[in-house]
Amino acid sequence: MTATDAGAAPVGFGRMHRKEDARFIRGHGNYVDDVNLPGMLHGAVLRSPYAHARVVSIDTSAAEAHPKVKAVITGETLAGLNLAWMPTLSYDTQAVLATDKVRFQGQEVAFVVAEDRYAARDALELIDVEYEPLPAVVDARRALDQDAPVIRDDKEDVASGTSGKHHNHIFDWEAGDKERTDEVFASAEVVVGQDILYPRVHPAPLETCGAVADFDKVTGKLTLWCTSQAPHAHRTVYALVAGLPEHKIRVISPDIGGGFGNKVGIYPGYVCAIVGSIVTGHPVKWVEDRSENLMSTSFARDYHMRGEIAATRDGKILGVRVDVIADHGAFNGTAQPTKFPAGFFHVFTGSYDLAAAHCKVTGVYTNKAPGGVAYACSFRVTEAAYLVERIVDILAYKLEMDPAELRMRNLLRPEQFPYATPTGWEYDSGDYPNALQLAMDIAGYEDLRREQAEQRGRFERGEDGHLVGIGLSFFTEAVGAGPRKHMDILGLGMADGAELGVHPTGKAVLRISVQTQGQGHETTYAQIVAEELGIPPDDIEVVHGDTDQTPFGLGTYGSRSTPVSGAATAVVARKVRERARLVASAMLEVDPADLEWEKGRWYVKGNPSEAKTIQEIALAAHGTLELPEGVEGHLDATTVYNPPNLTFPFGAYICVVDVDPGTGAVKVRRFIAVDDCGVRINPTIVEGQVHGGLADGIGMALMQVMAFDPEGNHLGASFMDYLLPTSMECPHWELGETVTPSPHHPIGAKGVGESATVGSPAAVVNAVIDALRPLGVVHADMPLTPAAVWRAAQGSPLRTDLAIA
Amino acid sequence: MPSITVSVNGQEYAGEVEARLLLVHYLRDHLGLTGTHWGCDTSNCGTCVVWLDGVPVKSCTVLAVMADGHTVDTVEGLERNGELDPVQQGFVECHGLQCGFCTPGMLMTARWLLNHNPDPSEHEIREAISGQSCRCTGYENIVRSVRWAAEHGGKEAAGPESGLEAEEVPA
Repeated sequence: MTATDAGAAPVGFGRMHRKEDARFIRGHGNYVDDVNLPGMLHGAVLRSPYAHARVVSIDTSAAEAHPKVKAVITGETLAGLNLAWMPTLSYDTQAVLATDKVRFQGQEVAFVVAEDRYAARDALELIDVEYEPLPAVVDARRALDQDAPVIRDDKEDVASGTSGKHHNHIFDWEAGDKERTDEVFASAEVVVGQDILYPRVHPAPLETCGAVADFDKVTGKLTLWCTSQAPHAHRTVYALVAGLPEHKIRVISPDIGGGFGNKVGIYPGYVCAIVGSIVTGHPVKWVEDRSENLMSTSFARDYHMRGEIAATRDGKILGVRVDVIADHGAFNGTAQPTKFPAGFFHVFTGSYDLAAAHCKVTGVYTNKAPGGVAYACSFRVTEAAYLVERIVDILAYKLEMDPAELRMRNLLRPEQFPYATPTGWEYDSGDYPNALQLAMDIAGYEDLRREQAEQRGRFERGEDGHLVGIGLSFFTEAVGAGPRKHMDILGLGMADGAELGVHPTGKAVLRISVQTQGQGHETTYAQIVAEELGIPPDDIEVVHGDTDQTPFGLGTYGSRSTPVSGAATAVVARKVRERARLVASAMLEVDPADLEWEKGRWYVKGNPSEAKTIQEIALAAHGTLELPEGVEGHLDATTVYNPPNLTFPFGAYICVVDVDPGTGAVKVRRFIAVDDCGVRINPTIVEGQVHGGLADGIGMALMQVMAFDPEGNHLGASFMDYLLPTSMECPHWELGETVTPSPHHPIGAKGVGESATVGSPAAVVNAVIDALRPLGVVHADMPLTPAAVWRAAQGSPLRTDLAIA
Repeated sequence: MPSITVSVNGQEYAGEVEARLLLVHYLRDHLGLTGTHWGCDTSNCGTCVVWLDGVPVKSCTVLAVMADGHTVDTVEGLERNGELDPVQQGFVECHGLQCGFCTPGMLMTARWLLNHNPDPSEHEIREAISGQSCRCTGYENIVRSVRWAAEHGGKEAAGPESGLEAEEVPA
């Protein structure tokens, strides 16, 4: 039995086994921590125990005296190299190693390089840091108080005190028409408002972040194996930060053990590993532990929202307006297109036809780790989808209307596409009512409501202490950043390159810039080429994850791989196909215009037996055949794909829960997910992506607490405290699909990696709140742990972002 | 430093280790068996699961010296004579992995489960892997993969010298 003999692979789209699995099931993956170089040393980071403190002194002498220690690096060392601070992806600065103050618990203070990883950790204990503790800003809603401690006193505009900006204030950002929206609200028959928290969560990929840096003093070349979702962007940033010439930097992202946005940013540990290698002349490996991962790397969300919805009494939704306090932590390090400091949050109008909408987002500093855009959020579409789907449910509650009926009445209709939203998006395509109806059919919605009514009756008669909840959500995703005119990260336009070469024997090599973290790119991108050229996927090698071997591109996050690099792959394959046509015309001695394509060969119109296969053409293109004027030999092409618009996948989700209000325990009984991501390249992989996102929804909605105490201590810094969903909390997922191709994508695909993470939390929360309806509960914030549910049932909901008082 | 002798995947390894060295680091850094991963330090994630004397353990909370004189089986030992174990094939057939990081631990637990319960129900599979995290698959296809293995030769005790009590392990 082998991994390759089971199941015939389609020559193109369809279900096929993943090519990458052969190594993973044998334990032969090659992750960063598997890289082992001769003479390699190991690094470890000393971190701050305080959320906010002045660094008075750092004594490294005892650590330096440790027999296995090769170097101790502090902020002072780095300052000498002008590397103590580095730019973030949001045009702020971030300390690599603290010099003046520490600003969150777990912040990097010093870096030890030693002969082995245990010795490096030992030496951390020998570093003596004197701190002067300062009061911390923990509650984002108090960050702008006049008496709030100043976090970023390193920033000039604060020192001057004349900018008019509050010291913990980062930005204000608005979208939509405020005046028009206020008019709609002023004249509306019904207005409902709710404070809604999308709490801080962490993506927690199973593999933590790490790097192996190897600087060759002779050639001046730096090779960096790194857990990066965006190797090309990282290379450019290193060139800008460290002043190393870009052609002397090679970033290799080998196998990545899950990313989910956690591996987009550049972390101090990576920079320290590089400096460590330069200083010691040896390769240096640094791999963070789980607590370091949870405490210091990109968290997600932390949006404190006030949402309002306006409607008519009979349930026509007219407008939505939102005010947000966005907790960005101690450094503004969010990773999103530059012009969108709140990401794509302004897609909060969701899937509905509204007269007007407006949002205002205020970013603030707090004494917590930096981040905010991560965890499969599609640049904050998670927060937007959750907000609108929660508040639509609250409207249904207020109107005493079934939430499915309210949604069905207000969903955009197929004939309204392309649809211009009140906040500036143009949704490409969709058939929303069809997807919702399919989800309701799969769920047996009417029967569920009947069962719920009977159960409520028993509950109210005191015959049964349990309640049943049914929650819906309908989401519209916005993915595939993006058109380079509007979207860049640190000035790098978000277009992706692709290179395709067909060898003389008809085997092909595709080189792409995006970086799989489990999405199966080696398989699906081969399938795209197969679909376009008729070369079997097993004859196509997909090269990625190495900046020396692949064209430039912005990487994999925001579900952008298929919308951008998938499109680039289709386009470059079509270029090769057109070159093949010219070669075939020379081979067949006919005019190119007289040739027709069918998968895998060019044939003469009206005479299908007169044909050349792509393999024959490849050989001829490398051979002695005399080619037409202006046609170069060989069979290859390059492209850079600049997407004309985002793509807008969507879906309808229904969650059924059993709740025990006496204990607060929630059991997810069923979850139905209908997704429309346009054309599916490999349906098996699409379904796998959805499954994972649905589990995220269970975790975020019910389990994953990342709270802070008044001193800024992180209360979720291990997997014993930050609970991930296991096989026991996850139900069997019931999937459905509709297919509405994107009209502007070459193969009609839309991207799906984050859809379920975006769509599922609202369905779970709506189900729990629906269950608690007999107790008068209108809203409670995630995560709905037993404590949070119980407190909501008691009428005193928790602030889930703060330690329980 | 203590000297230890450990049989890993049927091969004996002897050497000196620090008394505090974790088994996961011994396997990865000393023996180069990097198929076993490390993920959390707290015995929660299970990506480090190997067998110690035929029983799944989380090798991040076992000291290498505790394996002295004992038998360890890792994911690298599942394939035998070029033949994949049915659980390995099941994960390929049913898309039971994405990033692959949890996979070795899942495979070792799945193999152990099938040796002790050749025809497990969905619930029994979920219970068996409940001490292990997967961040990609939502577990659905892992459950299917184990079922596939049960239905395709998984009932035969394939894989490592499986499920034997310590005293029964061949020398």
